[in-house]
Amino acid sequence: MPGLLGKKIGMTSVFSAEGKNVPCTVLEAGPCVVTQVKTVETDGYNAVQIAFGERKEKRTSSAMQGHFKKAKTTPKRHLIELKDVEAKLGEELKVDLFEEGTWVDVTGKTKGKGFQGVVKRHGFAGVGDATHGQHNRLRAPGSIGAGSDPSRVFKGMRMAGQTGNVTATIQNLKIVKIYPEKNLIVVKGSVPGAKGSTVFISN
Amino acid sequence: MDALKFVEQDLVEINELPKFKAGDTVSVSYKIREGNKERIQVFQGTVIQRRGTGIHETFTVRKVSGGMGVERVFPMNSPFIESIKVNKTGSVRRARIFYLRKRTGKAARIKEKIFVKTDKK
Repeated sequence: MPGLLGKKIGMTSVFSAEGKNVPCTVLEAGPCVVTQVKTVETDGYNAVQIAFGERKEKRTSSAMQGHFKKAKTTPKRHLIELKDVEAKLGEELKVDLFEEGTWVDVTGKTKGKGFQGVVKRHGFAGVGDATHGQHNRLRAPGSIGAGSDPSRVFKGMRMAGQTGNVTATIQNLKIVKIYPEKNLIVVKGSVPGAKGSTVFISN
Repeated sequence: MDALKFVEQDLVEINELPKFKAGDTVSVSYKIREGNKERIQVFQGTVIQRRGTGIHETFTVRKVSGGMGVERVFPMNSPFIESIKVNKTGSVRRARIFYLRKRTGKAARIKEKIFVKTDKK
């Protein structure tokens, strides 16, 4: 699965050829450096490790410094392993991997919302009425199951809890535009995460 | 942030439009596509607000058509806007003249700003 690590820059909107106002996300994609090539002989499986984003040398452990030195590159912030990719150690992967008009998947970490109730977390409607004897129950989940039989709450029952801050993938985002000289890629639609967060773009 | 501005500048063509603000009466020539044919429709009314900044700016035009208030929002940089003509410059005190919605007939009039040419030396 070829792909690139990148950064979410932000959202905007552009007018398409048909004149429609299209919401878009601008992503910085790469350049990524191949920092390790794993093979069946040495590691038991085939994979390529790529790195993205600068990291200060004094903030990098000496073990990692040596790792980056092997690939003849500066210390990087984010590392990821890709399968079914052929590349040489130290090779630079750029945004020209992608093509305008094709589709990509973007993986990122969604914005953390903290501990949220069922209305926000699962889209429950809450209790319908504010009056007619209701008190303190406007955003309550309602029933969570039958009583003496089964005498328990089923596993996986949707309840309140931590919302967001999970890895999510948005599939099939159309590439509106690519700027190879600026390592920028514009996709239609939204992408998980806050501005500046790291994303993985794959096709 | 600069990358975002660069993309906006590159992908969105800025329409060259005359200056106008809330209270002005404008005629917006708007291209309408029907199948393969394209024709121009004119929407004339009072500008009741301008909203947003940069390439995302929009303006709302209100007119009364057959006793019914009609409002339309146009993006400033929409490629469908052919031209805008400012018919009247209104004299209003606020940037968003939503009070117009509650008024009908004579009360819904807006005082016109009249510019007098002066021969100053």
